[in-house]
Amino acid sequence: MFRGIKFVPADTKIDFVSQRVVAWFVSAFLTVVPLVLVATIGLNMGIDFQGGTLIEVKTKENPAQLAEIRGKISGLGLGEVQIQEFGAPDEVLIRIASQPTEEEQQTSIAKVKEALGDTVEYRRTEIVGPTISSELIAGGTLAVVVAMIGIMIYVWFRFEWQFAVAAVASLVHDVTATIGLYAVMQLEFNVSSIAAILTIIGYSLNDKVVIFDRIRENLRKYKRMPLVELLDRSINEMLSRAILTHVTTLLAMMPFLFFGGEAIYGFAIAMCFGIIVGAYSSIFVASPMQLILGVQREAFSGSPSSAKGKADKGKAEAEARA
Amino acid sequence: MLHFQRWKVILVGIIVLLGFVFAAPNLFPSSALQGLPSWFPHKQVNLGLDLQGGAHLLYRMDEKELVDDWLGTIRGDVRESLRSNRIGYIDLNKNTASRAVSVRIRKPEDVERAFTELKKIAVPVGADVFGGFSGNDIDVTRSGDKITLTATEVGLNERISSAIQASIETIRRRVDAFGTTEPSIQREGRDRILVQVPGVSDVQRLKGLIGETGKLEFKLVDPSANAAEVAISKKVPPGTELLYSEDEPPIPYVLKDRVLVSGENLVDSQPGFDGRTGEPVVNFRFDAAGAKRFGRATQDNVGLPFAIVLDNKVISAPVIREPILGGSGQISGNFTVQEANDLSVLLRSGALPAKLSVIEERTVGASLGADSIDSGQKAAIAGMILVVGFMFAAYGLFGVFANIALLVNVALIFAVLSLMGATLTLPGIAGIVLVIGIAVDANVLINERIREEMRSGKSPIAAVDSGYSRALITIIDSNVTTLIAVLVLFWLGSGPIRGFAVTLTIGVLASMFTAVTVTRMLVAAWLRWKRPKELPL
Repeated sequence: MFRGIKFVPADTKIDFVSQRVVAWFVSAFLTVVPLVLVATIGLNMGIDFQGGTLIEVKTKENPAQLAEIRGKISGLGLGEVQIQEFGAPDEVLIRIASQPTEEEQQTSIAKVKEALGDTVEYRRTEIVGPTISSELIAGGTLAVVVAMIGIMIYVWFRFEWQFAVAAVASLVHDVTATIGLYAVMQLEFNVSSIAAILTIIGYSLNDKVVIFDRIRENLRKYKRMPLVELLDRSINEMLSRAILTHVTTLLAMMPFLFFGGEAIYGFAIAMCFGIIVGAYSSIFVASPMQLILGVQREAFSGSPSSAKGKADKGKAEAEARA
Repeated sequence: MLHFQRWKVILVGIIVLLGFVFAAPNLFPSSALQGLPSWFPHKQVNLGLDLQGGAHLLYRMDEKELVDDWLGTIRGDVRESLRSNRIGYIDLNKNTASRAVSVRIRKPEDVERAFTELKKIAVPVGADVFGGFSGNDIDVTRSGDKITLTATEVGLNERISSAIQASIETIRRRVDAFGTTEPSIQREGRDRILVQVPGVSDVQRLKGLIGETGKLEFKLVDPSANAAEVAISKKVPPGTELLYSEDEPPIPYVLKDRVLVSGENLVDSQPGFDGRTGEPVVNFRFDAAGAKRFGRATQDNVGLPFAIVLDNKVISAPVIREPILGGSGQISGNFTVQEANDLSVLLRSGALPAKLSVIEERTVGASLGADSIDSGQKAAIAGMILVVGFMFAAYGLFGVFANIALLVNVALIFAVLSLMGATLTLPGIAGIVLVIGIAVDANVLINERIREEMRSGKSPIAAVDSGYSRALITIIDSNVTTLIAVLVLFWLGSGPIRGFAVTLTIGVLASMFTAVTVTRMLVAAWLRWKRPKELPL
């Protein structure tokens, strides 16, 4: 009977943690460079966070005459106007900078519609006023921070504080790296980017918890094994699972890159990137950090009578339920 | 872990079956559903505005205007009260910035009496469930001969709340007249109203209908003033105001301040056609009080023009040929049929208490929505096929078990979404795909664990047994952390993002259910049936 292909051999013995010095540099690079990029070239802020007007049109002629459209709209005195092709040659995205008042934003749309008339089909209009955009920025930041705190508390509760710190540190790494992707590719940064980041946090954390789980198990099993060796062993044991899971999730997500349409493209590419970065940080950030933070083995001594570790108790309960 | 009580198997079987039954309607176009027998579930997943097209409009009420109106009323009350008590006063002013009306009393001996009388204007508001109240709507204070009436925070909140309520009712009447299906109109936060209308194509017209205050007034034209001259000199005679018509170029009118009759006295308005010219008009009818007042005013001013004013714009200014005593009349103003129709809706629905402005607007055309569904579907199906193929390649027979669980999982998601009446958005479709990844992870964890247990020399049954029990802890831990992030999304997100969070939550819960019950039961049944010496894994 077909047993399935073993994509990853069962007994890999890769020295991940010994490579940690190289990994620190790579991780530091992935954390710091995005911040520099955001400060220098900046994010392509969508109207969600900047306020403004966005109009997506489909032109009757194919391809669209961008210069002609630009000519018609730039004369309207609406301030900064961006006109670009969007997804298909006959689809055009018009972005107009935020107007001083909400009424002027309404009139700006009316003016554009008057200028373009019936030569185009209006597919999408979005107007975000200055009040809403500042609220969305605050809400988005709050969401990411609250999610991080909630996660930290849960991991602390189920494991030890070292794991919680390592998890959050590597999540910060994942988030900045993803923001870096937005800066490099100049993808529009909007509310669905925040959703993408939160989903990456959730997914990446899932991966870290799986490895932490194995580290905890091995700490109980091999009481005298050096920590470096133990961490490597845990990562190697979970390597097959990690690769299979990430590959399936990528396979599921990738079609959205090709025929998900322009609206979901940014989200899909951020997700794909986040899956890979998350996989990297589980192995090269979250696990080696245990060495720095100094996991206390006594907390995982394994005998239920020690009752020191909250984690032990949690595990015992879980097993009792199972 | 591998022995199940009969009732558990039956229960899981029923849940899975119900999942498929309630997910099934989504496979049919809604037209085909009509033909199916009534016992068959008809509920489908609602499509979000981004998928079916429509308008999402967030309005904010103009608080300043509301305060201004209110202060105007307070000023009127103060005037009325002091006059009826024969108390002399000077400097009766309203100050919108400090939300206060102040007045100075002429004679020092009257101050105490005036203070007592003016305090009666304040009324207690904000009655809570315990029967108490949070205070008065107006604070009355005095210093020397000056009495100040300040609008309080509770009073203002009460005003805003009732104005928002009234606006929602008005908007509902206007949108209903538009004839779209299932519009949603709800209050958001303190001073906002969210209007969501699926499937609307002419958003400009919708906005015009909702956003128009709809304040109708009948006023007399001042026959002594030359409107053209006043418009140039801007010297408006006292007791009158200068308003313009909507013509191109606008025609100026000098109107007397006094309102003959206002829209509040309208009981009905309907679009129609003028009997003689055949042009579209709006027919209206006053209530008894309005009819009486309008009758008297027209009687006294035969031969003079009066103006019909909507939101401070003159619609028309006909000359009164004869007294209009019946209480009904006609507005004509070079309308198109649609304009006449919209105006009658506006008048019938009543005026908004204050101006509403759009602070967020998201409109998706039907064609873009259809394209999004199409591409979302295509991508989701492609992703599903890739995942199913990969799982089979990686785990053979156990991959088939995982794939069956995956199918159940997707069915459960659609069943729950349909039953909840939840909304599927484009990010929601991506969420389903992500759930596929997460659901697969549960099975990957289990299968990898079983492989490990086999390597340590366990028998097939023992390996499967401990594989499941050990992997379960990991699955719960990892899924709970995902749920934390998703709940935050739900809590803070809005619209499409919230749809994404809902799908993801349902998906994560469903994947835990299928991983620990469905695949386990399948594997257990297979083990009992085949009694294999070794596992094909």
